[in-house]
Amino acid sequence: MRGVRALALGAAALLLAAIAFAAQTASVAAPAASAWWVWPLGLFVACFLMGIVAVPAGIGGGTLFVPIVGSFFPFHLDFVRGAGLLVALASALSAGPTLMRSGLGSLRLALPLAVLASASSIGGALLGLAMPANVVQMLLGGVVLGIVVLMAVSKKSEFPQVDRPDALAQALALHGVFVDGASRRVVPWQVHRTVPGLLVFLCIGVLAGMFGIGAGWANVPALNLLMGAPLKVSAGTSSLVLSLVDSSAAWVYINKGAVLPMIAVPSVVGMMLGARIGARLLNVLKGSVIRRMVIGVLLFAGARALLKGTGLWP
Amino acid sequence: MKATPDALREPAQQPAEQLRYARLLDWGTRIGLIVLLLSFAAHVTDALQPHVPLERLPQLWTLPVRHYLIEAQMPTGWGWLALVHRGDILGLAGIAILAGCSIFCLLALVPLYGARGDKAFVAICLAEVAVVVLAASGWLAGGH
Repeated sequence: MRGVRALALGAAALLLAAIAFAAQTASVAAPAASAWWVWPLGLFVACFLMGIVAVPAGIGGGTLFVPIVGSFFPFHLDFVRGAGLLVALASALSAGPTLMRSGLGSLRLALPLAVLASASSIGGALLGLAMPANVVQMLLGGVVLGIVVLMAVSKKSEFPQVDRPDALAQALALHGVFVDGASRRVVPWQVHRTVPGLLVFLCIGVLAGMFGIGAGWANVPALNLLMGAPLKVSAGTSSLVLSLVDSSAAWVYINKGAVLPMIAVPSVVGMMLGARIGARLLNVLKGSVIRRMVIGVLLFAGARALLKGTGLWP
Repeated sequence: MKATPDALREPAQQPAEQLRYARLLDWGTRIGLIVLLLSFAAHVTDALQPHVPLERLPQLWTLPVRHYLIEAQMPTGWGWLALVHRGDILGLAGIAILAGCSIFCLLALVPLYGARGDKAFVAICLAEVAVVVLAASGWLAGGH
């Protein structure tokens, strides 16, 4: 078992390094002269690998997609963000039904947060498409480095203590129940700090629309640490919020012509297939090690985006 | 609270509107992904003639979107519907289904919340539908 785990970890590390290195080398060598199918195929392979590591690392594939593809592939950032939104949207839509049936995703909790975040994601998308690419690239680098810090330092609370819900949560009946498979307990839950939560989701929507990155990295801490939802409910509900937020933002990119099926389809399919393998490897791979490795790759991709935006590493 | 063996076999019963939304979302996603994959297959195999030749793509996808639109003579907003018989444009139909299926799921919840007298969630569902429809209309993006 230890041998299998070491082998899998080594393979995952090599794969992540290969994504960045191969894409960077190829983009420098022949950005436009290669056969048309080389890049979609490379994108499919890269997304498949990202999908494998995203699940054990506990982040959405969309968070990896935009910084890595935007930094190391020849596609313009406008199309990368459009495809990134679709990657995050397709993943969230696919996971949504199962999460809702199991009670791990709460539609009642997701809807009020999604209304504000969807509206602000439209603004974020319009803003992102109006800004010069180098500015967006720099901001993206800053956000990705911020995600790295958040992933490295943020704590999680499996079952936060919420003594009593606030007035708004009570009025909207933001509570529920789920069966926790690990502890074999029926877990009733409720939330508090609903107004600050709504404001945080307003900001999250802007970031999701502007950069095309799935915002699970921000949704889960906001739901779990701020509003007091159990960790599993936070992760499940985050996916439902994402499915609505990314729908709104995706329409802006579609209407602006910034969605190229040739980039979006291999990305979506690769990521979804990789995520299936990643889910099966959950018991084999050590999540904390994969997480550290992903932090390393994001650190590199974030720095690359920042340097690309400033023109120091074009 | 310890779960009974029955509770562990079956997840805790979820509200009717959540189960309805899950069922509709499941179908919407499946249809969207099937259309997406079939259109992509038609595109790469040349079964449907593309609007932009495949060989030109490596020159075009490096451009900012506004330059790409001019070079490729691509319409914005819902203009793509007039070209939906083209292999590359048909892919946008699958993408539109994925991005739009939530609208129908949300509308299907309104009668359930309404029957229960849950006016707040009727308003929240309609507000979310309005936001997605506004985004889809192309009006904000200057697509028309």
